[in-house]
Parts: sequence; structure tokens; C-alpha cells
Amino acid sequence: MRQYEVTFIVDPVLSDEEIKATLETYKDMLKNEGCEIVHIDEMGLRQLAYPIKRRNSGVYYCIEFKLDALAFIDKLELSLRRDERVMRFLTVSLDKYGVKYNEDKRNGLIGKKKKEEDKKEDGETKSSRPAKAKKATDEKEVLKKVVAAKETLAAVSDDSASAEQEEE
Amino acid sequence: MASRDDIKFLSNPTIGQKRDKYCRFKRFGIKYIDYKDPDFLLQFVNEQGKLLPRRITGNSLKYQRKIASSVKRARHLAMLPYLTDQLK
Repeated sequence: MRQYEVTFIVDPVLSDEEIKATLETYKDMLKNEGCEIVHIDEMGLRQLAYPIKRRNSGVYYCIEFKLDALAFIDKLELSLRRDERVMRFLTVSLDKYGVKYNEDKRNGLIGKKKKEEDKKEDGETKSSRPAKAKKATDEKEVLKKVVAAKETLAAVSDDSASAEQEEE
Repeated sequence: MASRDDIKFLSNPTIGQKRDKYCRFKRFGIKYIDYKDPDFLLQFVNEQGKLLPRRITGNSLKYQRKIASSVKRARHLAMLPYLTDQLK
């Protein structure tokens, strides 16, 4: 018993019913063959990275199933290839790590990656923080200088004023 | 004349240093690379959508091979482009 995963892109121009019907046909096909369907991932409408058949978006579906008979994969791929509603497909056999990953993903355990990303972001913010602190200190220094200059100016003016008074 | 505490380094001391590269899959225990996750795969690809060499990413050979295959799968499914400009 091996676990497989077939991902296919359905033409988005079709109506919702037709899109669902395509999914149903392959679901039924797999069920008739006696496979155990583990999970169906409906990734929904996504932007394509490059146009396929003059379409810029597509509806992604991913069916995960267990199967004994290897020859059935050929049949499935042939019917996918002949189906005009399907723009692209890819069948992959999963190793034990892949099976585990998909299980974890379904249970929402794939937050570990996000944590790593958070760490990276934290690093960036840390690096930016001292820069800000430096700026603040710079500003303080400038302020101090300004204040000092004002004081000296005031002192000079006081001196001159006192000198004038003396002259009078 | 500025005090000696201000002038610590005339040149940036981190410039000449080597940063240790490591394989992130080995370090964080990632065993499977998902080809349906283009955001993750984007880290191993340059702006033109080409695969980055191991020399730069620091991956071990085992996981570099897996990345290469999953990037190619993602390209087939139009999740990553075959060729572009300004991907990042």
C-alpha cells in the first residue's frame, strides 16, 4: 500500500458546478478502483506564475490516496490528459516523511516554519533597533550642542551689554 | 580631538569575517520539502527564478537534490515561474 498525491489545475472559466463535477469524477474513479482517499485539499483559485492555455489563474485541487495497483496510475493520468477541463496535473508518490508532513499540515502543526520566519524578522528588527538608538543619541548630542551654543551666545551678549553699561 | 572611546574601529570588523553556512534542513530537522508551498521555495531561487547553488544556500547534497526536484514540480504546476525578471 503506497500513498500517492495527485494535484491538478481545473480551468477557471467553467462554472462552479462543472469544476466540482471534475473533482467528483476523479474521486469516483479512485473510489471505484478501491482506493482509500485520505484527504482532498481544495486550494481554490490561484494566480498562475505563467499563462497556461491563455489562462492566468486556475482552480487547484489535491487528492491524497492510498493504492495497491500501480497500473491504475497510468489509467488515471491518461484520463486526466484527455480531460479538457484539466489544464495541468502532477502525480507524486509520497515517502514516509511526505505522509507525515501532510498529516501535520492537516492538524495545523506546520507552524514551525512560521516561527523560523518570525525569528528572522526579529533579527532584522534587532539590527534596526540599535540604529534607531544611535539616531536618538545623535539627536540628543545635537540638542546639547545647540543649547551650549545658545548659552555661549547669551553669555557674550550679556558681556557686551555689561560693557556698554560700563561705558555709559 | 575625540576621546579614545569613540574611535574603536577604523574599519568595520565584521566585513572580513566568514559567516558559517549550514544546512537548515539538517539543523531544524525538516525532512520533507513541499512542492505546493511556493513561498518557502522562493528562498532557494534567485530573482530570475533560477535555482541557487549549494555554495550559496549551504544545503547538504541530499536536501539540495530534494529542493531541486520540488522547485521543478512547482514550476510544472505554475506555482513558480520558469523564467522571469524581478521575482523578489
